[in-house]
Amino acid sequence: MSTATVQSRLTDIGPPSYQKYLPPIVLRNYGQWRHHETLAPGVLCHIAESGERLYTVRAGSPRLLSIQTLRRYADLADRYCGGSLRFTSRNNVEFLLEDPARIEPLKKELAALGIPVGGTNNAISNIVHTQGWVHCHSAATDASGLVKSVMDALNDHFTHEDLPAKLRIAVACCLNMCGAVHCSDIAILGVHRRPPQIQHEVLPKVCEVPTLIASCPTGAIRAATVEGKPSVEVIEEQCMYCGNCFSVCPAMPLSDAEHDGLSIWVGGKVSNARSKPSFSKLVIPWLPNHPPRWPEVVEAVTKIVDVYRGEARRYERMGEWIDRIGWPRFFQLTGFEFTRYHIDDFKHAGLSYARSAHVRY
Amino acid sequence: MADNNGNSGSNEKPATKLLDELEEGPWPSFVTEIKSAAEANDSARDLLGQLEVSYEEKKSHWKHGGLVGVLGYGGGVIGRYSDVGDQFPKVAHFHTLRVNQPAAWFYSSEALRKVCDIWERHGSGLTNMHGSTGDMILLGTTTDQLEPTFQELTHAGFDLGGSGSAVRTPSCCVGMARCEWACFDTMKLCYDLTMTYQDELHRPAFPYKFKFKCSGCPNDCVASIARSDLAVIGTWKDDIQIDQEEVGKYAAAGLNIQRDVCGNCPGKCMDWDGRALHIENRDCVRCMHCINAMPKALRPGKEKGAVILIGAKAPIVQGALLSSVLIPFVPADELLDTLKELVQRIWDFWDEYGTNRERIGELIQRVGLPAFLDGIGLDPVPEMVAAPRDNPYIYFQTEKEGDQ
Repeated sequence: MSTATVQSRLTDIGPPSYQKYLPPIVLRNYGQWRHHETLAPGVLCHIAESGERLYTVRAGSPRLLSIQTLRRYADLADRYCGGSLRFTSRNNVEFLLEDPARIEPLKKELAALGIPVGGTNNAISNIVHTQGWVHCHSAATDASGLVKSVMDALNDHFTHEDLPAKLRIAVACCLNMCGAVHCSDIAILGVHRRPPQIQHEVLPKVCEVPTLIASCPTGAIRAATVEGKPSVEVIEEQCMYCGNCFSVCPAMPLSDAEHDGLSIWVGGKVSNARSKPSFSKLVIPWLPNHPPRWPEVVEAVTKIVDVYRGEARRYERMGEWIDRIGWPRFFQLTGFEFTRYHIDDFKHAGLSYARSAHVRY
Repeated sequence: MADNNGNSGSNEKPATKLLDELEEGPWPSFVTEIKSAAEANDSARDLLGQLEVSYEEKKSHWKHGGLVGVLGYGGGVIGRYSDVGDQFPKVAHFHTLRVNQPAAWFYSSEALRKVCDIWERHGSGLTNMHGSTGDMILLGTTTDQLEPTFQELTHAGFDLGGSGSAVRTPSCCVGMARCEWACFDTMKLCYDLTMTYQDELHRPAFPYKFKFKCSGCPNDCVASIARSDLAVIGTWKDDIQIDQEEVGKYAAAGLNIQRDVCGNCPGKCMDWDGRALHIENRDCVRCMHCINAMPKALRPGKEKGAVILIGAKAPIVQGALLSSVLIPFVPADELLDTLKELVQRIWDFWDEYGTNRERIGELIQRVGLPAFLDGIGLDPVPEMVAAPRDNPYIYFQTEKEGDQ
């Protein structure tokens, strides 16, 4: 047993101090950056008031990383960056250099390791995603495999800044949305489509019935006595398969290999630039769950990216482009079917109905 | 003592016909990563085996969580058990530690190696860099390894992050470390908030989770407006700084300033006459578009601070919400004190009125923003709403003595 480490027990120390791992050039110019330029896709140059220049090389990562790969990153940081590196909010890894002559050699080493450089400006950045089958109990699909499949198809848009504006894709493997996909240019969301299979035998032992009933956003769960024991019943017409009951009660599993699948949402953003932050909207209610390569999902996402790239104006994010051309034309251009599932029928649904005579023909 | 995952190395590598297909293609493969860890670690090898079964059967093989952790903390560890543990015994218990990341995810190679060494001794050798909330995720170990891992981590200068109904690990954008647009010191504020709320972070005592995110400008690189209960988004009060000569250079280089910059301005506050850019700053909504388009020519103003917004969340339970404005402007140097005071009032109200698993945003939806403002003692201002109400169902309050 490795209890040799019981020295003084430390708790509540918090994270390392915020400047502890900053490279010297960053410390020297902290808060004193003047502007930046893009030298190539994935390569930025930040210029400080002092005149000093900091070069960033941004590289893609699968997010799920072995310690072997992390040590490789550490070696690269030692050789090129004086031992500093950082990760981005979209799970890219960034190498920060002082010497521009070292950029190309670093890029060559990254290329040799199969690590793409890009993800800046009008490129697709890395896909923010969740755990999926790798580590989650409520996943309707895998996340890492979907990301790998989609990024393989879109890799050229990561390494080239060839889109009208930035494009942010996110994957969440159930409605819990640990990946908070709800404000992405393109969101891939795992969905269940069958009500929970209530395990009446174990339910009273592992769940609090009142908490369980309260967990349902549509009030579809009612107390019931089953074979003399306290349990619940689900009014199936009222269930929209959110999985919230399963989150509070393990006896309510709702995964179903045949009927689980993926939905596709578009047009959300978090940035305040130009238009206000907005939610992504449904464009495909369900696609089959086809590991290991999810061809239907890859095809749909590629289609959306291609149409957007061909039609949108410079600086137009996905949602801004659709606002301009209108949803009917979006469905026409992409060929996706518009169905009753696209029309909201939850709370505040009426706010999304077309409340004007503005119609494009 | 080093190896507590029982790495006998006697078992053969699992056949991974489906997963192997995910090693093809240009994007770096997570399967290659798991295989790399599996060379030295049996739990990574069993993870690969279990994942292949999930790919075959199209379902997860993880059981509903379990309560595991380290002494004195109520969070930071996610319990995970396999439902095919007999087949893959090394992942029968496969818990995850959330480790509070350094602000803006800066590491030294030395610190990164130190964490790798700890995780080699005590866990699967697999990580997420990083989890959705921002933590460094150490993916997979057994219950008996949690406390030793934790102790080694704290002695290396790292602590656990949040989980459950607690303050979740705050996160921030790169801010002043490498961005000219940072309107306040995001890394410092994020660190100060994290240190202030250590107890609330490690010992869940709230109705539900509470997330802080700090973005240095309205580009919001950490998605605070969509993903945090309390969002701090940098902005400025005075005029955008203009370098007309540099504006001219962008025009000369081919940027169509009138169409692509002025034409996209949501405040319709700017005009380019071919020689100079005119901005009516009174009408500027501080969206960042023109500054993003011409970073050498335009910069945020000098009177910097932040907007405080409240209430974002993903769909569970009552539907997704974006944050909305609570305080339109707080000067940069007053942010920490203002937030401490504000957050205490918010938590008091939430403790009093929040129901089980009710995020602050959902509580505000339920009781209404006016009641929430009364509760926390904040005066209403028009910046808080997109528009005043358009329905006449007003809950007039009983007039106090002396009112007309």
